[in-house]
Amino acid sequence: MTTTTTTSPAPPVALLERFRVPAGFALGAVLLLGVAPLALSDFRLSLLAKYLCYAIVAVGVSLAWGRGGLMVLGQGVFFGLGGYAMAMHLKLADAAATGQTLPDFMQLYGTGDTLPWWWEPFANPAFALAMTVLLPMAVAALLGFFVFQRRVKGAYFAILSQALAAALAIWLVGQQATTGGTNGLTDIQGFFGYSLDDPVNQRMVYFIIAAVLLLLMAAARQLFVSRYGELLIAVRDSEERVRFLGYNPANVKLVAYVIAAGMAGLAGALFVPAVGIISPALIGIVPSIGFVIGAAVGGRASLVGAVLGAIAVAWAQSTLSDAFPAAWTYLQGLLFVVAVGFLPGGLASLGIVLRKRRAGTGTGTRTTGETA
Amino acid sequence: MSGLSISRRGLLAGISAAGASAALSACGAKTGSDTSSDSAAKADTSGSTVKVGLLNSLSGTMAISEVTVHNALLLAIKEINAAGGVLGKKLKAVSQDGASDWPTFAEKAEALIKDDKVAATFGCWTSASRKAVKPVFERYKSLLFYPVQYEGLEQSPYIFYIGATTNQQIVPALDYLKKQGLTKLYLVGSDYVFPRTANKEIQAYAKAKGMTVVGEDYAPLGSTEFGTIVNKVKDSGADAVFNTLNGDSNVAFFKEYKSSGLTAKSMPVLSVSIAEEEVKSIGTQYLEDQLTAWNYYQTTPGAANTKFVAAYQAEYGKDKPTSDPMEAAYISVYLWKEMVEKAGSFDVAKVKAASDGITLDAPEGKVTVDGATQHVYKTARIGTVGADGLITEVWNSGKPIKPDPYLKGYDWASGLS
Repeated sequence: MTTTTTTSPAPPVALLERFRVPAGFALGAVLLLGVAPLALSDFRLSLLAKYLCYAIVAVGVSLAWGRGGLMVLGQGVFFGLGGYAMAMHLKLADAAATGQTLPDFMQLYGTGDTLPWWWEPFANPAFALAMTVLLPMAVAALLGFFVFQRRVKGAYFAILSQALAAALAIWLVGQQATTGGTNGLTDIQGFFGYSLDDPVNQRMVYFIIAAVLLLLMAAARQLFVSRYGELLIAVRDSEERVRFLGYNPANVKLVAYVIAAGMAGLAGALFVPAVGIISPALIGIVPSIGFVIGAAVGGRASLVGAVLGAIAVAWAQSTLSDAFPAAWTYLQGLLFVVAVGFLPGGLASLGIVLRKRRAGTGTGTRTTGETA
Repeated sequence: MSGLSISRRGLLAGISAAGASAALSACGAKTGSDTSSDSAAKADTSGSTVKVGLLNSLSGTMAISEVTVHNALLLAIKEINAAGGVLGKKLKAVSQDGASDWPTFAEKAEALIKDDKVAATFGCWTSASRKAVKPVFERYKSLLFYPVQYEGLEQSPYIFYIGATTNQQIVPALDYLKKQGLTKLYLVGSDYVFPRTANKEIQAYAKAKGMTVVGEDYAPLGSTEFGTIVNKVKDSGADAVFNTLNGDSNVAFFKEYKSSGLTAKSMPVLSVSIAEEEVKSIGTQYLEDQLTAWNYYQTTPGAANTKFVAAYQAEYGKDKPTSDPMEAAYISVYLWKEMVEKAGSFDVAKVKAASDGITLDAPEGKVTVDGATQHVYKTARIGTVGADGLITEVWNSGKPIKPDPYLKGYDWASGLS
């Protein structure tokens, strides 16, 4: 919120301020929906679609971690729940399209000829779509309720999130007959009746993902500037003071946590048609850390910073890992350490930090707030 | 205040974009309709060189195994180029790192096919990575040569399976144990697709052939905690252990096994994922006299193998062992070369059509491609680990076994797929 403090009340500056955000938003929409589809090949566009899914997770991370101070190191759980809910429906639809009752992997590795009871409702597209968001939100609500009421925070909350991610990944691997085990759910052919083999439909998936990202960014921005957004920052910076003022910080944090989980779930659901696979390897501890690295590097408290950071880190991973396969992992870890340790506001705060440095008023990192 | 109007405008932009995308989608193909014309990728074979893709994990947990396969592939390509290439064109290897991550494998497979326009791709190790790239190769109608033994139950029209399927490795291993009078088995495996599927087949075999499975345990991939499992094995009264553990877990398992007093004499362990490279990292003292099942060992006799081992060690170092997956990777490039030359073309459909009956005097012995299943006839070999870390053959199937990925020729396996 430091960026919106205008020291000079002169009309041109105010006008600039007024149009800065919508102009930036329009630019983003033009780039994502106009320039990218024209400039990129089908293959590059499908890669961008994947990066945008990570960016959707980053929107939630920006809310929960950047604004709420909740170190959400287990977003893989929600990403996975959303992804599996979507993939289960698409696998069932694929099976139905070829006249089978069971998805292909169940015929190979399953034990019976009947569909497990908990798969059955996912044959309904409306139910599956709703579950991609509601299931992660419900899990987050349940977990968050107990955790925040008991005032678990900081590192303990991060460890708990990680344990949950590890547990879910191990469980999925163990249930090979019903979840596909380590392979995950793969070989997805159709997306609500449209063949994913067709490049035109792949582009459609990209447009949907880009539109969802823009919508969620708009919604998150709205939330940031609302009264709730102010309260969330207050909880992040001084939970006890907020409590003395008569608010229940647990509820404030819970809302941010649940919304972030819903966004991660939606990202997981969109990841499935874009990439064609969801597997326990996308859910465990390492990918969960991966989800926050982009946001940390770009600037977790800044919406645009977090989104651009997530896209940039995913892009770097794709390109740099080819040239330096062994070194990339170290670089990724280093980026995270440097960003969290020396530039908590991420690259988005670099300008402010430098300006303050020059003005000789300290490091300026406080402005973006510390995490719990 | 201003925030409200801003996001409303943003909302409108988003909604109109969604509308635009829906309109665009109207011309996309529905599921089930034929899209072969627009999605098949064309390999670029017009120049004086032809690109081939190498898709292995060069980083991450699988790198230790997959880098050796990558080396073997590079050796084969180098040799083929030195002998004049394929159809007069030199091969250019394009390496992509799968990074031990399944979606990355799918992404890199697409990059090889679409960006590099490779004529064929060689690689993948884990079943999960193969399952991840399978739809990509099928979508673009491009070829993958897969060099590792696997759990069977698969037959993609765009994959050639150069490693053993279960009836060329696990079934002969069970036959061997039965012949030795070792009929009470304990199954220990890593928790992923290959061990779980293999053990399902072992259970069916045991039930039909009068063997008993006295225990079945799985450890998470990478787990190094085997105290409990080894104690259970010790108390089970089993004659032998059938081991499908992968990677690092073997180190911990065999150390625990030895320290609990179990030996190759009192209760032999037959492993299907321990080759020469792994023996070195686990330690010969823990593995001496234990059994392995493969189709190739560094010690396999024959001029073709002497030449392969000498060439590999000249390229990568005197102390470097050769193993079954490395040999399968090495011959996979030669098999593709033979197919292309028989077809007289790099065209995928023609190469596939030419594949049936291609034979090679490989380091592992004679191999023949079975065009119907796109698997390879291979000789099964049981070996014991020696004090020098090499594996010596104690039994082989006498002749190459016809691949049967769905175990259709085995009555006891009728309920499996």
